[in-house]
Amino acid sequence: MSEQDVHFGRPLSDPPLSPDEKLDVAALLDGLEHYRPRRRGWTWRKRVPNQRAYEFTYHETAEPLERSIPLPAAHYFDNIDPQPDCVITTEIASGRPEDDIRRMRMAAWHGADHLMVIRTAGQSHMDGLLEGTPEGVGGIAITRKQLRFTRRALDLIEEEVGRPVNFHSYVSGVAGPEIAVMFAEEGVNGAHQDPQYNVLYRNINMYRSFVDAAEAKHVMASAGILQIDGAHNANATAIKAWKVMAELLVQHAVNCAFSEAVGMPAELIALSTVPPDAAPAPCMRMDLPYAIALRDLFGRYKMRAQQNTRYMESDGRDATVSHVMNLLISRLTSADIQSTITPDEGRNVPWHYNNVAAVDTAKQSLIGMDGLCEMVKIDRDNPELKARVREVKERAVLFLEAMLEDGGYFAGVEKAYFVDSGEYPETNDDGIGRDSQGGVAAGSIVPRADDYLAPVCHHFGENHLELLAEYGVSPESRACEFIGGCTLCDDSTVPFIDELDPTDNAPLRLMQTAEARERGLITPEVEWAGDGVVVVTMFLPASEQVAEAAALELGREMNLADCEVIHKRVMHPAEGALVELKGRLDATVDLTTLEIPEPPEVLTDEEVREFVHERNVRCVAATVGEDEHSVGMREIIDIKHGGLEKWGFSVTYLGTSVPIEKVLDAAIEHAASAVLISTIITHADVHREMMRKLSDLAEEKGVRGRLLLIAGGTQVTDEIARDSGMDAGFGRRTKGIDVASFIVKTMREREI
Amino acid sequence: MAREDTFAEARKHLEGLTDSELEARFWELSGQCVDPMVELARTHTSPSIERSVLMRMGIDSLTCKAVVAECEARGLLGHGAGHVMLLAMRGLGVDAPSAAARLAAGEGWEFAESKWDDGR
Repeated sequence: MSEQDVHFGRPLSDPPLSPDEKLDVAALLDGLEHYRPRRRGWTWRKRVPNQRAYEFTYHETAEPLERSIPLPAAHYFDNIDPQPDCVITTEIASGRPEDDIRRMRMAAWHGADHLMVIRTAGQSHMDGLLEGTPEGVGGIAITRKQLRFTRRALDLIEEEVGRPVNFHSYVSGVAGPEIAVMFAEEGVNGAHQDPQYNVLYRNINMYRSFVDAAEAKHVMASAGILQIDGAHNANATAIKAWKVMAELLVQHAVNCAFSEAVGMPAELIALSTVPPDAAPAPCMRMDLPYAIALRDLFGRYKMRAQQNTRYMESDGRDATVSHVMNLLISRLTSADIQSTITPDEGRNVPWHYNNVAAVDTAKQSLIGMDGLCEMVKIDRDNPELKARVREVKERAVLFLEAMLEDGGYFAGVEKAYFVDSGEYPETNDDGIGRDSQGGVAAGSIVPRADDYLAPVCHHFGENHLELLAEYGVSPESRACEFIGGCTLCDDSTVPFIDELDPTDNAPLRLMQTAEARERGLITPEVEWAGDGVVVVTMFLPASEQVAEAAALELGREMNLADCEVIHKRVMHPAEGALVELKGRLDATVDLTTLEIPEPPEVLTDEEVREFVHERNVRCVAATVGEDEHSVGMREIIDIKHGGLEKWGFSVTYLGTSVPIEKVLDAAIEHAASAVLISTIITHADVHREMMRKLSDLAEEKGVRGRLLLIAGGTQVTDEIARDSGMDAGFGRRTKGIDVASFIVKTMREREI
Repeated sequence: MAREDTFAEARKHLEGLTDSELEARFWELSGQCVDPMVELARTHTSPSIERSVLMRMGIDSLTCKAVVAECEARGLLGHGAGHVMLLAMRGLGVDAPSAAARLAAGEGWEFAESKWDDGR
């Protein structure tokens, strides 16, 4: 427990989550006035050097999770889910807190431990706090209730996965100090804070931005909140991103130096850095020198490696490849936090499964590159690299020199030094210029008088606490002594406001989907419960323009409402195009009408392999009767489909349209333990007839007792097969492991 | 003003610096850049800062907003909204949330007004 925890955290305790049950969203909204978060401050992952998992040793991993969803190929590796050593971020802000928390839970199970909520459009210009849970646009309305509700859910989620989850949002805009205090009070663990962001991108008055920032940063530091700066925005805004590298160094330096000067320790300061470029530029050769120059200069701070958004379009594959290259730069240099951008961010507000996709991309890449830099080292003496690293630093120094010569930072902003598309000292006269007397909240700062007094803790700047003597407070006491403890010292004094708008709030929205939840109705969704959105991917043999129009028409044929083409990619100008079509499906499925088969219990790969090896298990297989179908049987047998051969079964496949007599003769000849017959044709119950015939003939020949008889086919069920004298039947969606497990288990039971 | 890339000439004075000297120069200039901004912040306050002070005194956001807006209107912000609150708490003999509620309702301003009669 860190020092700042001492006076914090008397949680209303919630029952732990069960992995088989959904979050009870409505219950988490209840009683929030009594809920207090469990801790404050940022948490890093705990690194474990030379960690063993399955047959491997990892060099750059952290403590494992208690519950998680591993990478898709993990079942080949004993289902291990090694966790990279850096914190992994995903940005979740659907506009509705009640939907955010479900997605956060999914992301945490895939390995995210830094959940960032983006703010609703326009909140940065609101001079004060919002309350309640109104719906946001392009982000979420950050309010005390939204924070407390989300933190409450995260407290449960982090317990479920077995690792602390950092909660993050933005301390920017004209209400920065208030938001900082609220974040400290509500257990928010990380925040963006960079006054330059206000000035350049939100046109908030520059004096107000820096005066507020000092207070906000001071408060954040008191609560151990990790700060991330906003320099990456210059990259996302610049016309030619590769030309802003020197300026990025300056922006990082301004925020770092200012933060430390107002009392933020270096270990709470993180740089938001992004590889500026993307292919078809030779991006890695351009971005690596920059990444190195940055780490040379800013080695004492933390690195939050962000992924490139500047050149992202609607193509999820393209974005993913760019991001993997970004991850290689993270591994070759360093990253304390690896942020992720969802592959759909170029086309819409992120969807549930794309948050998970981005987190998986980071986890997969970082684990795949575990320990790589012990073998692959950056050649710091390479002439191009060396020259470029030096050049970027020199250009940054020239930028600072000129800005100081011109009157300092504020003057520099007035003269549009920043976000110019020229590589400094080159300028293209297209930077963002701001008037020091203009912008939102211009003229709102006030000089502190000689008797300025703020009787609270963690207040930055001139504060005549000696005047508290008049109120009987001794000079040694805390600043908040007279008021009986401020909210940062005494958690019980934090106030709570519930909903202010009776027409726009989470409880009201939840009522609209209450029936679906109670009755177990299932509707597809990408963002909000019941939104009904689905995507159809189709190749259309037509030109791009025709394909788009045709896709919309096909969407209507599919009964999709509000169809929209969200991505297209030409395969050939005339031959065709790929189209991804989004639409709303106004349909629900009632859970109670579904027949869900019990999943068969399967053995582990190792268990099956060991038994098969020891006993040298042989099988004979065939498609029987006048039946030429072979695909299903092949899937069950072939090693490349994960069939029986994978575990060492010796399988003799006799082909299609094989008479039953021949199957049995082969079984006897090969001393097989199991006979597998496939029967697809069911006309006049021929499939039952084939099974019965096999069973009868085996009895006749006196081998029934030592043979397992197994039938498979699209219309076969276990029930039909057993009725027809088989030991088991397997229908659609059967996997090799199902059949393998059955054979091994039954041979063991019957001691065959 | 647009300008060609003059890097080759402009860097002449940096050429002789070692890498660590160049990095030290970078940080020295960065420090010079932020010094006046830190000083500005140290000696000034804003409505948001004052609301954040009241929040720490246990006051809800709506009341903070009302009290600070009135402090601004009365020209009292430079003394600190928390200072105005202290005077009201002592004058009215109540705790911070009650004093804030009374100030928001337009009561209890006389304590601040009498202290700073040049207020308006």
